[in-house]
Order: sequence, then structure tokens, then C-alpha cells
Amino acid sequence: MSSGSGSGSLLKYIGIRVLLVIPMMWVLLTLVFILLRVAPGDPVTAAVGDKLSPAAIAQRQHQLGLDKPLIQQYVEYIGHVCRFDFGTTITDKEPVLTVIRDQGGATLTLTLGAFLFAVAVGVPLGRLAGRRRDTALDAGIRVFGVVTYAAPIFWVGIMLVALVIKFLPSWPTFGIASPVVAFEVPTKTHIMLVDAVLYGHGDAITDVLKHHVLPCFTLGLLLMGVIIRLVRVNVIQAMKGDYVEAARARGIKEGRVIRKHAFRNALVPVITVIGLQVALTLSGAVLTERTFNWPGLGTALITYLNGRDYIAVQGLVTFFAIVVVIVSVLVDIINALVDPRVRY
Amino acid sequence: MAVRMPHWFRQIWNTKGLSRWIFLVGLFITLVFVVFAIFAPWIAPYHFNQTAVDGVKFPKLGSASSDHWLGTNDQFYDIASRMIWGARTGLEVVVMSVAFAGVIGVPLGLLSGFVGGWIDRVLVFLMDAIYAFPSLLLAIVFAFLLKNTLGGGVVAAALSLTAIYIPQYFRVVRNTTVSAREATYVEAARAIGAPPLTIMRKYLFGNVVQSVPVLGTLNAADALGTLAALGFLGLGIQPNEASEWGYDLSRALDDAQAGNWLPAFWPGLMIVLLITGLTFVGEGLNEGINPALRRRRLQKVVFPARTAGEEVSS
Repeated sequence: MSSGSGSGSLLKYIGIRVLLVIPMMWVLLTLVFILLRVAPGDPVTAAVGDKLSPAAIAQRQHQLGLDKPLIQQYVEYIGHVCRFDFGTTITDKEPVLTVIRDQGGATLTLTLGAFLFAVAVGVPLGRLAGRRRDTALDAGIRVFGVVTYAAPIFWVGIMLVALVIKFLPSWPTFGIASPVVAFEVPTKTHIMLVDAVLYGHGDAITDVLKHHVLPCFTLGLLLMGVIIRLVRVNVIQAMKGDYVEAARARGIKEGRVIRKHAFRNALVPVITVIGLQVALTLSGAVLTERTFNWPGLGTALITYLNGRDYIAVQGLVTFFAIVVVIVSVLVDIINALVDPRVRY
Repeated sequence: MAVRMPHWFRQIWNTKGLSRWIFLVGLFITLVFVVFAIFAPWIAPYHFNQTAVDGVKFPKLGSASSDHWLGTNDQFYDIASRMIWGARTGLEVVVMSVAFAGVIGVPLGLLSGFVGGWIDRVLVFLMDAIYAFPSLLLAIVFAFLLKNTLGGGVVAAALSLTAIYIPQYFRVVRNTTVSAREATYVEAARAIGAPPLTIMRKYLFGNVVQSVPVLGTLNAADALGTLAALGFLGLGIQPNEASEWGYDLSRALDDAQAGNWLPAFWPGLMIVLLITGLTFVGEGLNEGINPALRRRRLQKVVFPARTAGEEVSS
């Protein structure tokens, strides 16, 4: 802060933040390795031990390099991850990266849709509650926020499905596309929505969009609870600030004080926390996918968990860890751009 | 020490407006569930693992009747009984996991903050890494590992939730310790020759655990949701070990897609109510204890009655 111009210290901050990714990543990878590779014992036996002869098991272990000393496996694991190689599943012998490519798109559109919905509805509601603190409106919005956060997302999903089946029987309640559409649309990007747009038929696009509505809405509700609470508390605290008092003293209208003075400052911590919700979103996505039979990474994870495929689980969990770390760095950088106090 | 509890309660009691009601409503809901948990065998009409009475099997997906208040589910279980017994499972797991996390996290945080140096840096880094990781995924991994070693019981479920909450206690306690370490009373204690362990135990501990109850209740609410999520994904408690709402929900998923939503409605409602209750208690505690949010209501002041002779002395 003391030395250098504003942009210089910003670059320095970003540089340090990006460098910090390396130890962070290393800790997480080591944790994943210890938990999933060292703790449970032999993955081949766990996954297909009852189907193969001891000789065949030994051969598979040798193929996968699982007969090497653990320390060597650890070094190789870190090396492979650096080259984006997450291993090959035991149960269906597919590279984990292929699984991620094939099923990641569905998770991506699900989470982005949910995020957009949550921010578009949650921020105005939280602001309203903060502004009208301790009124019936505040109570209503807070209860709504707490209930959407408290209600297990899968239960909300199931109840929505039940409602839709009752009142809108033709609306799709599971999957990412109707079987016909999924069959017709050629796979190019592995993101169903983009593929449908590229395919260019209005019906296909509408069908995929329709399938997105319920899951995105459900996952969005989970995030909205957090956003409402956060915006509300921050607006309340910002309203206590001296600069708000000063703005009022200068005779600025209340609406403008909130819009221009209080709300803008209240948003800075909100941006950070919304960014940190990536972890929550991923957790929620796993549950939402199971609820709506959504062909995403969460579904893949559960499938491999049930097959006791440690290598596949290790690969997917590693990928999730990388996503979380990268997003948290991006959030910190955006935060530094928005709030000059962060770049110490 | 004996005075602290009522004082602490009075602080919440005296907060103004909504916060107070939120706290009281939350406390009421939570207490109802505690009663369910303790007296489940007497309140519930059947045992959670019971599918027949006097040799007559329960109907599958039966509708509500005088025998089965809320009907039966696809595994022939009585829904009402599973709901009431579920309170016991939920509270057992939640209390255990939060207690484990506190017992590990608080001393670690105290030590880390007080000792400082490289131990502190390493621990902070490790905890941050765990905290950054999606909590459900962490719980899934632990549940997956423990299920293969400990089986699908209550203790395994509680242990798989513990790891997610340790970093939070660690962080809160460590940060308070770092700022309290330089306080005058600690310096005074050091000056009269108190060894580090005594300082931590006698002077720091009482001051740094202030925020733990709030964190504990909020984590309890979260833990209940995570437990249900594990059950829903098929990684939680097995149905014959204990009654768990999340597992019942996962069984009810197909029924809901087929149009029968009642088997899913009830266990979900129980989860929502208990989480809401615990969250309300946590929020109430937070707004009552946190000076930044606290607002006191006006209270009548009663002057002590004057006694004869007092006027003369003043």
C-alpha cells in the first residue's frame, strides 16, 4: 500500500495470489491421495475383486501401476494431475478426463443457470429486507431465506416435481433432454444446451431449456437463501456507516442514499461470499443431479462411488478441488479490482 | 462461572424485536424434537425397523389410516414412526459430530493462535484447504471410506461429518486467541510467572470460547442437512441400523416421479423444521451476543424502595 502506484500493487497482489495456488493445490492433492489412495487399500480388489481371479487382479494392479511403492505412486499422481491426467476408471476403463468432458457440460449449465437465478432474485430481496429492517416484510423475506436454506435441496426438488406432475403434467421433470431430442442433436461440445443451439432447431432448444428450468430453479433457491441473508446484514451494517449519515445530512433523498451510498458498499463483501459459494453450489449440484436424474458430474461421482471405483472417485474429487481453487483465485482477483483496500 | 449462564440468557432475552422471537420460536421447535428423540419408543406407534405387527405385514405404500397415521412407504415401514425415530438419529449424529469437531478444533485453534510461528502457519494453511473444499464432497469421501470399515451406523455417520466442521472452530478460536494474546490480562498473567498451559487454560480459554455456542448451533443445523444429503445419496445410515430421514427421502424419489409425493413429504418436513429450529436458535444467539447486531429493548427500571434514615446519610 505504501509503495508504488495503484496498478503496480494490484499486479503484485494478483501475482502473489496466483503463486499461492501452488501450495494450496499441493495440500489438497496430498489430502485426496491420502484419503482415497492410502487409506482404503487396494482399489482393484474393492471394485472388481469378486469378479476376477487373483492372477487377473495382480495383472490389473500392475497395469495401473498400483503395485509400485506408495511414495512413487504419489509422485506419479501429482505429475499426472499437472498434465490434466486424472487416471482411468477401473469399472469401465474410461479415462476420467473423458468422463469429465462428457458429463461436465450438464453440471456447468445447471450451476450457471442456478447462479443467475439466485442473484437476480436474491439481491433485490435481501436489499429490501435490510432497508425495511424489523418490519413484517423483513420478517417474511428472512423466513423465506432461512427456509430455502434450511430445506434440503433434494426435498425441495422432489416437492417441485410432485407439484409439476400434478398441475403441468406435460412439463419434463427429469433428465436434460427428451430421448428423441438427445438422440437427434449431434454431440459437438458435450454441452447439451450449446449443442442444441448449434443444431439450430427451435424445438430442440426449447426442449433442453424446459428441462433446465426445474433443476436450475431448485439449485438457485439454495444459493438464494445465502444471498438474501448476506445482502440484508451488509445493507444494515452499511446503513450504520458515518458516510450514510453524512449523505442524509446533506439532504440527499433516502432512496438515493441507499442506492448510491449504502448499497454499493454493501455489495463488496457480497461479491466475495457469492464467489465462495462455488463449494456450496458444487455440493448442491451433486444432490440436484441425483434428484432430477441429471447426467452431470455428480451423477458420475455417485455411480462410481456405488461401484467402489476408488480411482474414478479420486480423479473426480481431484477435478472438483482444482475447480474450487481456480474459482477462489478468480474471486480474489475480482475482489481486488472492486475494493482497493484488499490490495495490501 | 455459575452466574454466566443466566447472564448470557438474559442478554438474548433482552434483545429487541424480531431477534428475540426468532430465538424463542427456534428454541421451542428444537425442544419438541428433543422430546421426540428421548421418548421415541413411547411416542411412536411402532419400532422404526418394524414391518409387521402380530404377524400381519404392513401394506406397501399404504395410505393414511388409523393403524398408520401417515401411511406406509415402499419398504413397508410406518412413516409416522420413522419420522419420530428419525429425530433421535438426527440429534445423536448432530450432537456427536459437532462435539467431536469442537473437541478437536477448539484446542487446536487455541494452541495455534497462542504458540504462533510455523505451527500456526501450517495449521492455518491446512485448515483453509479443508475449508475451501466443498463440504458435502468431503463428507461423501469420509462416509464412503468409513462405510467400508465401520459399517452404516450412527457413529460412522457422525465421524464423516466431523471433519467438515473442525476448520470453522479452529479459525474462530485461533483468531480470537491471536488478538487476546496481547491483551493486558495475559501480559499480567505472564508477568506473575504463569506457565503457557495455565495461561491458555485459565485466561484465554474462557474468553475465546464465547463464539463457539453460536457456531455450534449453526453447524448443528448444517450437519443435519448434510446427514440427510448423505442418506439421500445412499452413503448414510442403513435403514435397519436407525431411522434416517434422508434415506427415506431417497426411497421416496421414484414414488414422487410416479406422482405419489406423500412418502417424500413427511421426512423432508421433519428435516426442514429441525434445521429451521436450530438455525433460529443460532441466529437469535448471534444477534443477542454479537454487539454489532445487538439491539436492546427498553426495560422498566425499578428503584429500590427508600428506607428511613437513608435520606439523612446522603
